[in-house]
Amino acid sequence: MTRYDLIVIGAGPAGLSAAAEAASHGLRVAVFDENARPGGQLFKQIHKFFGSKEHKAKIRGYDIGAELLGEAESLGVKVFLNAPVVGLYAGKEVAVNLGDEGMARFKGDTVVVATGASENMVTFDGWTLPGVMGAGAAQTMMNINRVRPGDRVLMLGSGNVGLVVGFQLLQAGCELVAVVDAAPRVGGYGVHASKLARCGVPFYLSHTIIRAEGGDRVTGVVVGRTDSRWNIVPGTEKRFDADTICIAVGLSPSTRLAQMAGCEMYDPAQGGGKLPVCDELTGETSIPGIYCSGDVSGIEEASSAMIEGRMSGAAVAHRLGYMDGREFERRLEGLERSLASLREGMFAPKNRGKTFEKTDEGFDIAAGLLGNGYLSDTEALRYPGVKSLPGIHPVIECTQNIPCNPCQDACPKGCIAVGANIVSLPVVNESAKCIGCGQCVASCSGQAVFLVNEDAGGGWATITAPYEFIPLPGKGESGRALDRAGNTICESEVVDVRVSPAFDHTCLLTFRVPKSECGRARFWKRGER
Amino acid sequence: MDIVNDRSRSLGDFITASDDDRIICRCEEITKGEIRRAVHDGMFSMHEVRRFLRCGMGLCQGQTCGGLVRAVIARELGVPASELDDATARAPMRPVEMETFGREVAGV
Repeated sequence: MTRYDLIVIGAGPAGLSAAAEAASHGLRVAVFDENARPGGQLFKQIHKFFGSKEHKAKIRGYDIGAELLGEAESLGVKVFLNAPVVGLYAGKEVAVNLGDEGMARFKGDTVVVATGASENMVTFDGWTLPGVMGAGAAQTMMNINRVRPGDRVLMLGSGNVGLVVGFQLLQAGCELVAVVDAAPRVGGYGVHASKLARCGVPFYLSHTIIRAEGGDRVTGVVVGRTDSRWNIVPGTEKRFDADTICIAVGLSPSTRLAQMAGCEMYDPAQGGGKLPVCDELTGETSIPGIYCSGDVSGIEEASSAMIEGRMSGAAVAHRLGYMDGREFERRLEGLERSLASLREGMFAPKNRGKTFEKTDEGFDIAAGLLGNGYLSDTEALRYPGVKSLPGIHPVIECTQNIPCNPCQDACPKGCIAVGANIVSLPVVNESAKCIGCGQCVASCSGQAVFLVNEDAGGGWATITAPYEFIPLPGKGESGRALDRAGNTICESEVVDVRVSPAFDHTCLLTFRVPKSECGRARFWKRGER
Repeated sequence: MDIVNDRSRSLGDFITASDDDRIICRCEEITKGEIRRAVHDGMFSMHEVRRFLRCGMGLCQGQTCGGLVRAVIARELGVPASELDDATARAPMRPVEMETFGREVAGV
């Protein structure tokens, strides 16, 4: 039986980070993953990440994955693919299915369980019809296998997974007929919801699926409004033509290997199944030398999982004597600080299930955003990133305290201030002079920054918006300007199309509208009304 | 004794429901009605229902249906889902072909 200093189960963000960290201190590390490709969910995350620079904010998930994998491999980490771990035993022995080769056993002096999570399901009449799938499955089809899941899709769930995958469905050329959620408020980031709403996707909050229709595959969906006790209100049924239903109703940690090893489990108050009892920082379980890292120890973002993985990796290096006490403490302290800043704000794990009436700064939370998926024209004016100024200037429709600050770093002229606390709302500095470079527009992971020139001459205003659809429109092409709800305001001509490696696949589209519409127009769409 | 393991209590008569024929465990094609009936027949835990009906023993090994089965049992027992322990996790945790399972390789 081959022995390793560290055996990592799962080659996702947490597992690869743990492996790279441990290997960087000289440990012999093996990583096992059941998939054909490493990276876990990272390689299908085609959107830009949130956070600050140290969390790799504004970098797309697949680039983060490639960097992490490169790091692990260059440090000599051995990654076994198509190698599901089918057993983990208290002696830190793993049983691995190596396919045609047979079953193999490996022994680790330490084990990091980084098995991630699986998608939750809901049942309704017709839920087993082909065409009903997890949102993550749809994402794998599109972004890994390059197969479009369907033509007309209904998304159940308005959390970040539902919203992000919903947008990617639009990018893949699907029609998103609705985002439906049983909760009365949008669950994910408002900026993600706004991206969908301004493309014309309707939100049905306090609604759920009654049934999927179809004989041998989905041909339609019937939804209905729910009352406060989750029962359908009679007479509120609404039918959509759809060939695909995506389910994004949360994730459950994949804890079974940890349970099999005998790790002590507990029931977190917030529900969602039992979790392994872990050290808050290192992830060490009740069995010394077995660690849990990433989503398996509680659902969070990939950014947090990567830091958790580093912490576990450092703890392993320290435990086995590859890292002295002082060095370990210093390393842990730095990582803890980085993790703490990600765990702040309205969507922090500690605030799960809470509703906020006001931002940290005291601004009212926009009811329209939570109820419809978009800010109303008057709500938008409430926030410190939205100001009416002479000349070209950024308008930042960022209205919730989320850990993110690339817009601040992006502006070379100091027009945007988030401050030291990365969850603060960005403030547009009226005295700084915007040069219209558009770095802020491209840097915003939530696509919530626009450049507005309220008076571009001849009675026109121009809006520069982030645009991530292909084919790109050409300069001079005429189409329609849409408002935040996705309604057509007027015909609109594209006056500039900017593409740059620095913008990382975000195109900056400048279109013109009558001056009176500069506070409303936020998207440009090809074609006539 | 906790309420889940109190076998002396009566759950009342089994009353059929309109969605009893809805499949809960896809891999083994176990319906909601079958799970409800099993609870009425005395299978009160995830573990017992799994052994009795095989739900969670198919290709997905309970990854998709685990939470759904739990919710059906809990509702039938009238307890919060969190009261029910997970079914025991055992190797092999993923389906393995017998041909592979029987061939142990040494010294990889």
